[in-house]
This record gives sequence, C-alpha cells and structure tokens, in this order.
Amino acid sequence: MHDASSPIAARCAGLVKRYPGDDGGVVAVDGLDLEVRRGECFGLLGPNGAGKTTTVEILEGLTTPDEGLVEVLGRRWGDGHDREIRQGLGIQLQETQLADKLTVVETVRLFRSFYERGPDVDGVIGLARLVDKRSARVGKLSGGQKQRLALACALVSDPELLFLDEPTTGLDPQARLHVWEVVEEFLGRGGTVVLTTHYMEEAARLCHRLAIIDHGRRIAQGSPDELVDGLGAEQILELRCAPAPDNVPDSGLDGARLAALPGVAGASVLGGAHESQGWLIRVRDIAAALPAVLAELDRSGAHLEHLATHQATLEDVFVHLTGRGLRDE
Amino acid sequence: MSDKRGGALHPLVELTRVRLLEFRREPEALFWVFVFPVLLAVALGIAFREKPPAPYQVGVTDPAVAERLAGADGLEVEPIGLAEGLDALSRGRLDVVIEATGAPGKEGAGVRYHYDALRPESRAGQLAADRALQRAFGRRDPVPSVLEPASEVGSRYIDFLIPGIIGLNLMGSSLWGIGFSIVNARTRKLLKRFAATPMRRSHFLLSYVLSRLLFLVLEVAAVAGIGWWIFGVALHGPLAALLLVTVAAAFAFAGLALLLAARPTTIEGVSGWMNLVMLPQWLLSGSFFSYERFPEAVWPLIRALPLTATNDALRAVYRGEPLITGIGPEVAVLAAWGVVSLALAVRRFRWQ
Repeated sequence: MHDASSPIAARCAGLVKRYPGDDGGVVAVDGLDLEVRRGECFGLLGPNGAGKTTTVEILEGLTTPDEGLVEVLGRRWGDGHDREIRQGLGIQLQETQLADKLTVVETVRLFRSFYERGPDVDGVIGLARLVDKRSARVGKLSGGQKQRLALACALVSDPELLFLDEPTTGLDPQARLHVWEVVEEFLGRGGTVVLTTHYMEEAARLCHRLAIIDHGRRIAQGSPDELVDGLGAEQILELRCAPAPDNVPDSGLDGARLAALPGVAGASVLGGAHESQGWLIRVRDIAAALPAVLAELDRSGAHLEHLATHQATLEDVFVHLTGRGLRDE
Repeated sequence: MSDKRGGALHPLVELTRVRLLEFRREPEALFWVFVFPVLLAVALGIAFREKPPAPYQVGVTDPAVAERLAGADGLEVEPIGLAEGLDALSRGRLDVVIEATGAPGKEGAGVRYHYDALRPESRAGQLAADRALQRAFGRRDPVPSVLEPASEVGSRYIDFLIPGIIGLNLMGSSLWGIGFSIVNARTRKLLKRFAATPMRRSHFLLSYVLSRLLFLVLEVAAVAGIGWWIFGVALHGPLAALLLVTVAAAFAFAGLALLLAARPTTIEGVSGWMNLVMLPQWLLSGSFFSYERFPEAVWPLIRALPLTATNDALRAVYRGEPLITGIGPEVAVLAAWGVVSLALAVRRFRWQ
C-alpha cells in the first residue's frame, strides 16, 4: 500500500516556531524535519507541550512558522493556492466544539457545502457511524459521538490527507475503539493520515510510522516495531525501592552496574523522588537478568518496594529516550 | 450543482440557514428580539398616552366671584378660604387663588391673583382665570380670535415612539445577536475549524448580514404591527421605503457588530465594546425623546450616528415625507457605516 518510494503527501524541513513571552518566550518547534508518504498513517507521539499540535497546525496552514519549509500535497501555503490545498485536506482540531443547537445532519451538511467533491451528506454520516444520531442535537451527543462527528466533518471531502489532533483524548476505551475503526476504514480506502497522540496504544495500533517528539524536536522515528526493537530488549523490569541510608558507602542502585548485569540491555531512573526510586531495566533475557538484579539489590542495601515485568512498548521507548513518562507533567 | 456538494447547497445559503436555525432554537434570543420591544412599546405607549388637557385648579375666596366663573372653559373652580387657598397653592394643588378685595361690581371692588410665577401651569392658570373673569363681568375683546389646538394624527408621543423602538431594536438585535454568536464561536474554536476549510471567509461574514436582513422583516413587523393595532400608529409613507430604511439600518448595524466582534476572545470583552457603542446612541439618538433638546451645535454629530439616521428616516417614512429629502441623507449615512465597518471587520477579523 505504501513504502519508502510512495510519493510525499506532506513534508516539512527545519521547522521553527517560537511564541513570544515575558520570560524570553517558548520555542514550541525547534528545527523539525518530517516526511509523510501517501497511503500511510504517520504519527507524532509525545507528551503534552512537546510541540505536536503546533507542528500539525503549521502543516494545516493555520499557523505560520518562523523558519523552515512546508509542503502539503505538493504546494506551499501562501502561494495563492490555499483554498485548493484545503479542498484536499480533512482536519480535526483538538478541542473544537461544534454548535450545540444544530443536529448532526445539519452540521455535516454545512461542512459538506464548503467542498467540491466527496460523498453525499448521509454517506459521510454512515462513515462516521452516526446514522442513528442523524437528527440528534450536537449538544446531546456523548463525547465519543461528538468526536466521530468532528471526524465526519473532516471526512466530508473524502480528503487526500487527514489530520487528526489527539482524536481520542478524554474518551473511554469503547468510544476510542469506535474512533479507531473509522480511521482504519479511511486508511483501508487508501487515505493518508497524520495523527498526534500521547497514547502509545493508539500510536501502536494506527500508525505505520511514528516520530517521537519532545521539546519541539524529533528524538526518534520509525515504525512502532522498529522503535521498540531499538530498545534491544523484549521485556522491561520495573522496580521501585527505598534508597539505602546515605552514610553507607557505595550503597544504592547504580545504572552502570545494573546495565552490566547478565541479560540486561540498560537501565533508566524514573523520576527523582527522594523517598523511593523507580527503575526501568531493559531486559534481553529475563531468566538470566532477574536473579542478577535481585542479587544486586541485595548487595546495594536498597529496600525493594515493587517489582513487575512487562513486554516492551512505545512508552518504554519514550522513557528510555527522555527519562520521563509520556503523561508525566 | 447539488451533486457536487453532496446534497448541500451553496455555502452562503447553508451558512445563512444555520444562522437562522440556531437563532430559532434560542428561546431567550426570541424573547429579547420579538417580545421585549413589543412589551416596551405597549408599556411606554400606555404610560404616555394622550389625555385631555387638565383644567387649571382655581381657588376663589368670594362665593359670588366663584359663581360667575363656574363653567368657564378650562377652569376648575373651588371656593376656599384665603389662608387655606395659599397653602394649597404652595403645595401645588391649586394653580391660582383669586382673592376678592371688595364686593364685586361695587365702587373700589377688585381681585388679587396669588400664583407661583416660577410654575408654568400657575402662570397660565392666572391668565386663563383673568380672561374668564373679565369676560364674565362683561368685557368684549377688541380683536376676534379663534382657538385651534394641534390634533393631527402623527403628532402624538406614541407616533414618535414606535419608529424609535423599531430603530432601537434593529440596533440591539444586530449587535447582541451577531456579537455574541461570533465571540462564542471563537472561544469554542469553531472559527478556527471553519478557517481550516476552503470556506470563503467573506461568505461566513455575509451569512450574518443576510440572516439579519431576513429576521429584520419579522422584527419590524412585530413592533410596527403592534403600534398600528393597539395605538393606531399608521404608516403614511410607502411600505417599500420602510423596507429600504430597515435594510440599510440592518446592514449598518450588522457591519458594526462584525467589526466589534472581529477581535475579542471573551463574551465580557465584546459586551464592553457593544455597550460603549450602544449607550451613547440610546441617550443621543432620539429613540425616546428628540435630540433637538441638545445644543444645536452637536446635531450634525448626533445625526451622523447610525441609530439617529435610522430613527430620523423611520419617522420620515411614517409621516410620509418626500422620500429623496426625507430619507436620502440618512440612508447614505447608514450605507457608509455598513460599508466602512464591514471592510474593517474583514481586515481585522481574528479566526483563532
């Protein structure tokens, strides 16, 4: 369906966006390069404030970058073809509240009128699985239904490129699943998607390729599997322990010592809590690593409070790269 | 055409349709636009309804004089003692007190008028009482005179008020209706969502103007209809002229509303601007009383306000004045307000 030779749907290079402020301002996007190929779902994964939304809104032509090049569907914003580009885009913004007093069909019909092609109004309502809510007021819809309506408004033109900015934030698992199914159907019809999320399950399920973004920079890119494989570990050993007393020399856990243990690929400290210390240990061979880690704990005098293992995920990739969790503040 | 848009109509039609649907589903908006102005017109019309002129209250100390004055036109005569009469005069219950200073008709007889020179009713009452008294004792006027009080239709307060309320309502419903709706859409990030579509931005702004033009027909009909039905306020000019003036006014106020709502991001912010624009016009533009009470030097400024132009033109149409001179300048003023503010609004409009 798509591969490295697929044509480019959108790209940016050397993107910089600063927001002025009293304390020197904020650099929201700091030299970002991205390439989205036709037919793929490209994800921007990162914590809140990483610059995902700013990046997407620059690609959507809603925000002007301070530096860098942007090309969408082969054109640049501001060259006099903006409305033609928009005819080919479907956009779902974070936190748009559609008019409460209108019904589903009235809302879709309004958005459909802006586009020169696409399915008819009832067809779009079907795509978003809102047929039985066709005549319901927007204000009466559940969170998931509202989000599918936002999706319907983005799908009215049968877009070449669909932008989804945190499409499932705040939804319950069932509602999230419905949104994913609508997006998967769109991908199944050959559509191209750019998606931002801070849910690794969402990124892992929908995205063919991902860029992990932190502080406005791309810190990793690849398919979900490639990124997880990059950890060099299949399992993650989580442990938390109370530190040994300060007056005992050479006590406590040490990342270098842990990483050198048999079966271990590496270790990262989680957070900086004084009371207890969390570790994520990347493990190649659990059978060899577990006894060695326990022996090291014993040697260090640290008191073990919690121990668990899980399959390595994108979350672990992010923690490995940044030392922070995706949803830490 | 309809296939290209998948069953939807032209975006300008769809946007205007949505405006109308949203307005119709807002019961409070319906109350303020339709019911409130009608209630206001009825309340003020009843409060200031025409009454026959009140007779002057005349206290008379001498019964013989009182008898001669009884039945005189426009006087209500009451025999009263002098001290009591002066007290009633000072309280404003009597307008004038006639004190007899001798037997009437006899040598040396006469009357003394007690009145309040600072009170117009008292001064007029004294003159009316004197004229009636002199005639009652045989005076013949050297110049014959006939009295002709003004009573033509169209000169009552309600005739003045109804066009003023129509004007006031046109301003209020445009500014509140458009201003709140746009700022609300901005805070909900709905404007940003529209900006992300290929929608023409001019279509979006024009849909507000168009929906106002459609609604104004109903708004004007409500107030004008009640004025005619309850108070007999009749339109002497052509209906087409009324329509022209209201369309020009709605255009001007819609432009002004779009300009005021072009940038604020909170309802409080836009409310402040709207009050700043509306309050002076409530006071100056002659909705409830004529602005000709203000110094003549400021009339040109007052006449340049859109609400003044609306009120003056509506009154000219109601009175049936010649159209070119009666409403021409006012319609030009309104068109200028609409064009200039709409142009500024398009340039300054903040979509996100």
